[in-house]
Amino acid sequence: MTNNKSGLSEIVKSVCCWIEGFIFLFGCYIVLFGHLTPGGGFAGGVIMAASFILIMLSFGKERVDLLFPWTRSTLVESFGALLFIGVAWLGIYYGGGFFANFLHQKFGGTPFTFLSGGTIPISNVAIALKVMAGLFLVFYVLSTHKVILDEDISKTEKDK
Amino acid sequence: MVHVIIYILIIFMLLAALVALEAKNLLSSVVSIGAVGFMLSVVFLLLRAPDIAIIQVIIEILTLVILIRATIAVDVHLVKNIRQFFPFAICMVLLLLLFMFASKAMDLLPEFGNYLSEVAPHYLANGLKETGSANIVTSVILDYRAYDTLGEATVLFTAILGAVVLLRRKAKND
Repeated sequence: MTNNKSGLSEIVKSVCCWIEGFIFLFGCYIVLFGHLTPGGGFAGGVIMAASFILIMLSFGKERVDLLFPWTRSTLVESFGALLFIGVAWLGIYYGGGFFANFLHQKFGGTPFTFLSGGTIPISNVAIALKVMAGLFLVFYVLSTHKVILDEDISKTEKDK
Repeated sequence: MVHVIIYILIIFMLLAALVALEAKNLLSSVVSIGAVGFMLSVVFLLLRAPDIAIIQVIIEILTLVILIRATIAVDVHLVKNIRQFFPFAICMVLLLLLFMFASKAMDLLPEFGNYLSEVAPHYLANGLKETGSANIVTSVILDYRAYDTLGEATVLFTAILGAVVLLRRKAKND
């Protein structure tokens, strides 16, 4: 709301203020309950990325730079990938194989409750972080970055 | 009843795809591609695959937003529509051959709902016991077939790496 000129009209901005949090929350729900209900890491991650893209389309680039700058989103994406591989590696030491579900083998957990599935919810969260940051990065890079040719640079220097 | 609805949806999908090919305006063809995607998600839902339906809806929304943003400022250069006879005839013959081979191959497929792989009944019977996940799709994706998911994540990671590296704003001074 700091810069009223960028982005879309005031009506779109105030509606987005209301619903952007709910969209993000719905993505979190899809991710966290991915082992109980339809959905999972990929779908939830795309919903969370869509909430950031909604902010970017309605408010402009500046607000998204404050909320989720792209240097941080590269970190989040790499962290998601490392978490996914790390869980798989822990399976070698504790469960007897790459991607072994060692948490379920040790602790079990009652089915159809939130604390079940072993490593599956952790992998879901890792994939969601990766997909959210990745798709947001693709949209950010494709829509804001411009290729500047040498001729254009010389033109702008002449204007100055 | 469900079969009839699915066939009607498929006919509308084909019509929307034809509209997307033949539309003069780029924006209207993007919108009709979006219609194809949403109808496809309804078909997935009717075929009892809610996971795929969710992913289809969300990816469709995202790609529509990206495509509309990409095409809304692009001028369309009008090209005179000259359809030469011989390329068109060869294309039609090849399409007919492809259709005949595809219909032969479709006859060899098992009936809808019958499986060929021998591990599928094992997953259905023991999935909840062995992985603790109530959603059988997630238990297959992230436990039995986690290597596939790892490969998919690697593909996504590499694609995004390429996009960010090629389109970054500042190059290193070398």
